[in-house]
Amino acid sequence: MTAKIAYDDVEVGTELPAQSFPVTRATLVRYAGASGDFNPIHWNEKFAKEVGLPDVIAHGMFTMAEAIRVVTDWTGDPGAVVDYGVRFTKPVVVPNDDEGAVIEVSAKVAAKLDDSTVRVDLTATSGGQKVLGMSRAVVRLA
Amino acid sequence: MALDQSFVGRTYPPTEPYEVGREKIREFAEAVGESNPAYTDPDAAKAFGHSDVIAPPTFVFSITFRAAGQVIEDPQLGLDYSRVVHGDQKFAYVRPVRAGDRLSVTSTIEGIKSLAGNDVLDIRGEVHDEAGELVVTAWTKLVARAAEEA
Repeated sequence: MTAKIAYDDVEVGTELPAQSFPVTRATLVRYAGASGDFNPIHWNEKFAKEVGLPDVIAHGMFTMAEAIRVVTDWTGDPGAVVDYGVRFTKPVVVPNDDEGAVIEVSAKVAAKLDDSTVRVDLTATSGGQKVLGMSRAVVRLA
Repeated sequence: MALDQSFVGRTYPPTEPYEVGREKIREFAEAVGESNPAYTDPDAAKAFGHSDVIAPPTFVFSITFRAAGQVIEDPQLGLDYSRVVHGDQKFAYVRPVRAGDRLSVTSTIEGIKSLAGNDVLDIRGEVHDEAGELVVTAWTKLVARAAEEA
């Protein structure tokens, strides 16, 4: 593991570069194919509304995959991730227009742990609503 | 209807190995908009100390979730999957998943709770490679919403 960030260079409160991730219906269809999760709530508006959703929603696992990019883009080596967990608090609603939705992710170092690892706390929102809760990763730094 | 508590601690047989391919990792990385070369370029992955391209951290869910199907579809457990939402997801990595891995998953029911009429099911999936070494542990919390809430 060769993370490009050194443990000694970060402190509690160090902010990672925030990122925005666009998501459209086309994104969701691609993700469905790549992940094998073809639940129609992620691509079929009629079905989504029939089960009580406002519209098609993004896969929670898609949101989780985007959020960790803030961490892996920071460390360089994605293999630096030791531990990663989230709670799915609100769905990301993806309207059928040219813009879709945007997932905004920010992160900061919340604790310095043993063995050159740090805990990073992530915040993910869409349309001003928090979409992930208890979103934390432990990463091993250089 | 509350799920049967006696299922807590039940472990299901390991799944047939899933063979992780470079092109499947590339497809997944592209689907989440990833440009990290560790996912697509073996030399870049080697520069990070890996023996081949590695998979994005959440890639393994497509393998563990398929394995969790043994639990979800167990007719004796009687979970109503049409009412299930994904509550929490957590992974602990011993090492990253990489191309060439042949991964087998052993799923265990860690907990069954009934909260306000909702059934909450915790499944632990242990992912082992062909040598029998643990690669990742995945914890998946599924919530089956109470029927009255429809």
